[in-house]
Amino acid sequence: MNEAMVLQRDAVVIGGGPAGLAAAIRLREKGIESVLVLERERTAGGILRQCIHDGFGLTRFGESLSGPEYAERFVSRAAELGIEVRTDCTVLHVSGEHTVTAVCPAGLFRVRAKAVVLAMGCRERTRGALAIPGSRPAGIYTAGVAQSYINLQNVMVGREVVILGSGDIGLIMARRLTLEGAHVVGVFEVQPYPSGLARNIQQCLNDYDIPLYLSHTVVDVHGRGRVTGVTVAECDAAFRPIAGTEREYPCDTLVLSVGLIPENELSLGAGVELDPRTKGALVDENCQTGIPGIFAAGNVLHVHDLVDFVSLEAEALAEAAASYIRDGALAPCPLAVETDGSIGHVIPQRVSGTKSFTLWLRVRKPLPGCRICVRQNGRLLAQKSLPKALPAEMIQLRISVEELDQEHSVEVTTE
Amino acid sequence: MKQYDVIVIGGGVVGSAVARELTRYRLRIAVLEKESDVCTQTSGRNTGMLHGGFLYKTGSLKAECCVEGNAEFDTVARELDVPFRRTGKLIVGFTPEHRERLERFKARGEANGVKGLEIIDRARMNEIDPSAGGNFAMYCPSSGILDPFQYTIALAENAVKNGAEYHLYTEVTGAETAPGGHILHTSRGEYAARWVINCAGLNSAKISAMLGIPGHTLRGFKGQYFVLDKKAGAFAKIPVYPAPNANNTFDTHATPTVDGNVLVGPDSEVTEDFADYETTQRSMDGLIESGSRMFSHMKREYIIRSFAGIRPKRIDPETGEVLDFALECRPDVPGVINLVGIESPGLTSALPLARRVAAMLAARETLAPNPDFDPVRRGIKRFSEQSAEEQERMIAQDPNYGEIVCRCECVTQAEILQAIHNPLGVHTVNGIKCRTRASMGRCQGGYCETRITALLRSELGEEITQVELGPSGSQMFTGPVREGGNAE
Repeated sequence: MNEAMVLQRDAVVIGGGPAGLAAAIRLREKGIESVLVLERERTAGGILRQCIHDGFGLTRFGESLSGPEYAERFVSRAAELGIEVRTDCTVLHVSGEHTVTAVCPAGLFRVRAKAVVLAMGCRERTRGALAIPGSRPAGIYTAGVAQSYINLQNVMVGREVVILGSGDIGLIMARRLTLEGAHVVGVFEVQPYPSGLARNIQQCLNDYDIPLYLSHTVVDVHGRGRVTGVTVAECDAAFRPIAGTEREYPCDTLVLSVGLIPENELSLGAGVELDPRTKGALVDENCQTGIPGIFAAGNVLHVHDLVDFVSLEAEALAEAAASYIRDGALAPCPLAVETDGSIGHVIPQRVSGTKSFTLWLRVRKPLPGCRICVRQNGRLLAQKSLPKALPAEMIQLRISVEELDQEHSVEVTTE
Repeated sequence: MKQYDVIVIGGGVVGSAVARELTRYRLRIAVLEKESDVCTQTSGRNTGMLHGGFLYKTGSLKAECCVEGNAEFDTVARELDVPFRRTGKLIVGFTPEHRERLERFKARGEANGVKGLEIIDRARMNEIDPSAGGNFAMYCPSSGILDPFQYTIALAENAVKNGAEYHLYTEVTGAETAPGGHILHTSRGEYAARWVINCAGLNSAKISAMLGIPGHTLRGFKGQYFVLDKKAGAFAKIPVYPAPNANNTFDTHATPTVDGNVLVGPDSEVTEDFADYETTQRSMDGLIESGSRMFSHMKREYIIRSFAGIRPKRIDPETGEVLDFALECRPDVPGVINLVGIESPGLTSALPLARRVAAMLAARETLAPNPDFDPVRRGIKRFSEQSAEEQERMIAQDPNYGEIVCRCECVTQAEILQAIHNPLGVHTVNGIKCRTRASMGRCQGGYCETRITALLRSELGEEITQVELGPSGSQMFTGPVREGGNAE
């Protein structure tokens, strides 16, 4: 590659969604001059472009915004600051030495950066990954794909709809499809509790009389050209369908909202180690991955419940990333953050003990009235009492440096 | 009525190979295919193996065509630009009974002319592929893997280039003899031809009876598969099959694909319904269990898709015995060449069978060579497989190479446009997938499907309600969300 095609930047941010833009803006505000954002879509904003419902921004901006409005705040702020955002530009590879290879209609180019921020977001789990038996007709969509067709392309995906999984996008789509004249037969969730937020259960299902069937799953798909129906069965505690409970629902569409997976192919290519629980990078309190100078934030790191936290997490890494860009290193983080079986995942997984940090976690199962306790060597550092803890909701605890020692691992438990 | 010298019924690998071989001569050729594309049935629903030929009875058409097709495939793959690797294959055993069976097949293979067969021990297996299960194995160095979609598409594209016509969505519903040939009734009108060649695969017995040759019985053997992520593919070097079972067929195996995924399957069950491609929980549970015995890296989280295929086996209805391929041109039914029960190893045998069809025709009339015949077909050049320098050149020539449509498989807009505008053409999402790999990756179209349907609409001028996933009747959309609304 000729040298004209190799750019030098202080920071390169991969992904121009709510994480990437927030990180880029804050880096610039911290005095980092050359920040480049690479975005594969024609316009920045990420998945928010298709989220035309409101409820975004309550935490970050103190008001309720639609997805495009929320994104626009960051897009226009980035423009105001003169941040270079290259759209229509797909990153092909990231090296452990901070070289990013990208492609756009003008050609191939490389960026050598002092720091790399991974902000690629997540993708949806598919029917194939769940291995749902049955035929393979048209009319099976993941919720995000259906949302993209309806909200961005003005294309209606179906009229009689069964939704599998109670993830937030599925709940939002239940309402959206209903508003556009489709009939949503019901939402079926394999777990005994919903995986989406309580507010979405109320506003997207209950308000529209759409039934939610917990401990149910789709066990068969019918139809050769187009979906003609699905068979649903009740499930036991191990999520196995219970024989004899099968029921057929005629429909022309099956929408799947069965989980999001952080999109870490580029991270793996760079040699970044992932946490099997989050499917995102193992990071320290600075959101720095195992490779110095490579940071990750937002849904590529762990799937969040609210976009506000995606942006806040990305903004929080800017200070440390800016120090890294200036000094070439950050304080080591040798202390592991360990959890008991009640915790689904935790971010960060390593800390220094010399700095306050925010602990993000999700519980594995719904817990009635519990206390999240954070300890070092048996000593309580912080705790949070919750009337109930749901896996759908991200829990945050602030751990103050005053409480921390620099010798012992950090233990997180529920009581 | 449309008039042809030759009508081939069925656009699978055999029909397309026959059409392509016959374009070597000055003949007006049409292929009638009832589906929306070529290779949507048995030809596209299999393991993608280039078989060695040790499994089939010595002297059978299966053995003869398989060994012949295997030997020539390096040349064929080069000529038609088909992804292919001669990987060799391990047929592994655990028990003395397995060893005995493997010895028997080694002897049979040698009688069939298969070269290089040997029985090897575990140490040697570890050198070849440490992930393979089993205590010992028969090693068949001539076996290989190929892309069955690309192979069928390549044959069809080459046939079209040399003058054959493909008529899709054209299902033959009846036939009658006419002076000097046959008239076929189809879902899209009547067709007349001097010769009719039955390459109808799963429907070949039915078509055979329509053409005046009753008496063939097909039994459908359905098999289900899992496709594993390329992360699993990193561990699979070579196809690993279990020792043949008591019926001389293979149970579940693990096979790397030319693109770096792994196929686990098939199992086998008899189906009455020749369009039943449903996967079942029972089979999938079974595949996970038996797949793990063949491939130590079989993990649930690697599964990205499942599918089923049906092998049309010709059987003796009295005994149930599986019979050889039928290839016949009967004096009492002139103008018909009949191929019935072309199942595994049909992919390997397609061109040898096609040449035998051409020879049958040539024995009955004088065929003039087609002076313009060009055996070479170039596939769509894959951006992802090129060097950085070449990628830059490609984008400079066509900026559509700089637009990545499918992120997982790194497929560009230029490749998709080439598939759509090929003379054979394609107009379904599944068709684009088979030609370019777009949506074959781990996100299964989550990122690219909306882009592909938008391209199909803009390039082909299709209405929203015309966009099809694959099979007939697989319309993806019911209409616009709002009349007069605009897309982004």
